Amino acid sequence: MREGEVRIPSGCAIAGIFARDGKRINGRTIRDSIAVMHERSNGLGGGYAGYGIYPQYKEYYAMHIFYDDMAAREECERYLDAAFDIINLSKIPTRPNPNITDAPLIWRYFVTPLPHRLSDSLLDEEEYVVRTVIRLNNSIKGCYVFSCGKNMGVFKAVGYPEDVADFYRLEEYEGYSWTAHGRYPTNTPGWWGGSHPFALLDLSVVHNGEISSYDANRRAVEMYGYSCNLLTDTEVITYILDYLKRRVHLTLEESASVIAAPFWNTISLKGEEEGKRLAYLRKMFSEFLVTGPFSILVGFGGGMMALNDRLKLRSLVVGEKDRTVYFASEEAAIREIAPDLDSIFSPKGGEPVIVHLDEGVRA
Amino acid sequence: MIRNGSIIQPRFHVHRSTECVNCRKCIAECSFGVHSWDEKNKRMKADSSKCVDCQRCVVYCPVDALSITRNENIMHPNHAWCEDSLNEIYRQAETGGVLLSSMGAPDRKVPSYFPRILLNASQVTNPSIDPLREPMETTTFIGRRPESIERDLNGKLIDNLPPHLELKEPIMFAAMSYGAVSLNVHKALAMASEALGTYWNTGEGGLHEDLYKYGKNTIVQVASGRFGVHPDYLSAGAAVEIKIGQGAKPGIGGHLTGAKIHGDIAKTRMVPEGIDAISPAPHHDIYSIEDLRQLVSMIKEATNYTKPVIVKVAAVHNIAPIASGIARSGADIIEIDGFRGGTGAAPVRIRDNVGIPIELALAAVDQRLRDEHIRSQISIIASGSIRNSADAAKAIALGADAVSIGTAALCALGCHLCASCQTGKCAWGIATQEGDLMKRLDPEKGAERLYNLVHAWKREIEEIMGGMGINSIEALRGNRLALRGVGLTQKELDVLGIKHAGE
Repeated sequence: MREGEVRIPSGCAIAGIFARDGKRINGRTIRDSIAVMHERSNGLGGGYAGYGIYPQYKEYYAMHIFYDDMAAREECERYLDAAFDIINLSKIPTRPNPNITDAPLIWRYFVTPLPHRLSDSLLDEEEYVVRTVIRLNNSIKGCYVFSCGKNMGVFKAVGYPEDVADFYRLEEYEGYSWTAHGRYPTNTPGWWGGSHPFALLDLSVVHNGEISSYDANRRAVEMYGYSCNLLTDTEVITYILDYLKRRVHLTLEESASVIAAPFWNTISLKGEEEGKRLAYLRKMFSEFLVTGPFSILVGFGGGMMALNDRLKLRSLVVGEKDRTVYFASEEAAIREIAPDLDSIFSPKGGEPVIVHLDEGVRA
Repeated sequence: MIRNGSIIQPRFHVHRSTECVNCRKCIAECSFGVHSWDEKNKRMKADSSKCVDCQRCVVYCPVDALSITRNENIMHPNHAWCEDSLNEIYRQAETGGVLLSSMGAPDRKVPSYFPRILLNASQVTNPSIDPLREPMETTTFIGRRPESIERDLNGKLIDNLPPHLELKEPIMFAAMSYGAVSLNVHKALAMASEALGTYWNTGEGGLHEDLYKYGKNTIVQVASGRFGVHPDYLSAGAAVEIKIGQGAKPGIGGHLTGAKIHGDIAKTRMVPEGIDAISPAPHHDIYSIEDLRQLVSMIKEATNYTKPVIVKVAAVHNIAPIASGIARSGADIIEIDGFRGGTGAAPVRIRDNVGIPIELALAAVDQRLRDEHIRSQISIIASGSIRNSADAAKAIALGADAVSIGTAALCALGCHLCASCQTGKCAWGIATQEGDLMKRLDPEKGAERLYNLVHAWKREIEEIMGGMGINSIEALRGNRLALRGVGLTQKELDVLGIKHAGE
């Protein structure tokens, strides 16, 4: 049974690393971190998102695409050709791993919108890319675009995260920011698209939890042109964040106050101005409140956000060493790669931890 | 037997056991004149033909000597021409009149969908939440929301929300007019609303001057008769409701008989005493959707844009486009009143044959507004047969922001659904203007019972939400995966937008 045909809840492990000083971190490091939490996955999904990994192509959208067969690839490439200038295309390098099976065709394209098509569309460039991706995923059978941001990329598969890293030769990539995910779905999705991270443009989400507000959130975000084909919580959170950030122009902090809105009695204890601000966000965007347990890591160009549900029903710890920040479901995953930390803490429920590249550092 | 030339046999049979001590309490309690003292035989007797089965005498009999059953006599069995059908024909043959009744449609042949919808709960993958230990939020804000945010020059968010109503629980009291119900009912509703942090609705008969002090919990209604509407009235409430239609009688106006219009009722309605107060079927200044827009604007001008405007419509076949039109009329809130909604008086044929169930109407409207990308701009109140907290939770999961309750509220005040409101003889002191009968309802005690009911429902909704792992009411709103249908056809499931149990 394929992802999207039924709704599959899952438990998970998440991990992240972010170098504020722009230091380049090898993909092996994030693999070592997530591998510690092997028990939190069940081999039915693992993945990574790396930022700053394509410096030579940083002006171009990096499309990572799964194809079921060559026919899907040909159809998709025809479409891509008509919409974009394709600067480079290749298979994503992989190596055989006995635990990773049933691999689809995995291709990578560096593209930029064709100027006349873009101007004819009357859309801004990012919206043009988003709509093209949504259309590809909805209309071409056996084709799934799972990454489409600039200077970043998602690598995911069905398998344990450490095997997924081996399969994608993650040690050949370096970036200033990484997130990772090990999945524990409650039945066999058997399809690679359902693994995390889930990404749109440069926004990527790894997520641990099951959101009880799912269908309220889904039906709300689908009003704005998104289409939740996978029926996963992560997908809906990604779309909500994309909508709030890119379309409504809320800041990340404000978006966090929407999806993990403080309780009304917490708001009433805030100062008048802050209370008003939080009440406004909660009333204005009430349908995007996410309830139920979750911890998420949101990667984006130049930064990362960690956020827990407001009751903190999922574990999440944050450690710091020099200018590097570590995130994980369990402290052990951080200690594995950074045994000697300057500080470590558990963020409170609903309180986002947001990190950015230091001023002057270019991604 | 033939009574007053009528061949109609009594529907009910009043039984009196040997426990009866001839205290004659039942004579005092019955406002329909059923009970009497037979001086000749020195015993109590009952005229069952007058009985409406309001249960007043049964409840108040100090020795439990009374009971009421359906008349055991059976008319010749015939499913096509059942007893009720025949009696209606006899009645019309005798009177030549339009059959009148009250409360909601009782016919069970039209399905009630709430009982065929089941709620979800968390197991294993997601923790349920204990509302006694964890915060559980039922506060609901309803009103219009702008399309986009605005910031000042410093980038700070500007609060650009129009006025909203804040409900401590997503349950409000439905419109019932002064005249149709007694002043004490209004008092009880107003007091209960204040204590609960919710709203009651004046209905179309104006607001008694003693109740202006409850204005912040009052929704004032403007209906086609414009009874009792003046600038102070519009400004007195927290919101103004334009009543276009009512679930019990879509397309039909109202008719309060002159007999009920005296004293304060006439004064509050601003109509002459003793003359029938007739609400026209349409608003004569609204013959099309653009006229509604003008009335909404006029009310907003008159209240200086400080009050949300609600438009209440009956659930009819094309309710979805109607709601869409209302959403674009400048109204802040749409109230949809379903097929089984109650009334103080309606033609039986209209009540039982016009309109559609609230579950289907609500689901269709919520989906249509989403398809048109305007659902987030307007709030929806659903009403018409919300019988318990589970119905309310299901309505919210189908897409309502809040529900309003009329019949359930009256039942909390003692109503036994005898559907005789139109007689004005309500033995429970609810739908009557007769002095002695009105006194039967103590507004303070009534308010306490209303408070208890809604508070109990709120606690049950919290349990339902907690079971699903939801700790805020907005996460339940429109959350249709929380629902499954049982025994419904694919078409019904499609309209409701829910899956069948097991799927």
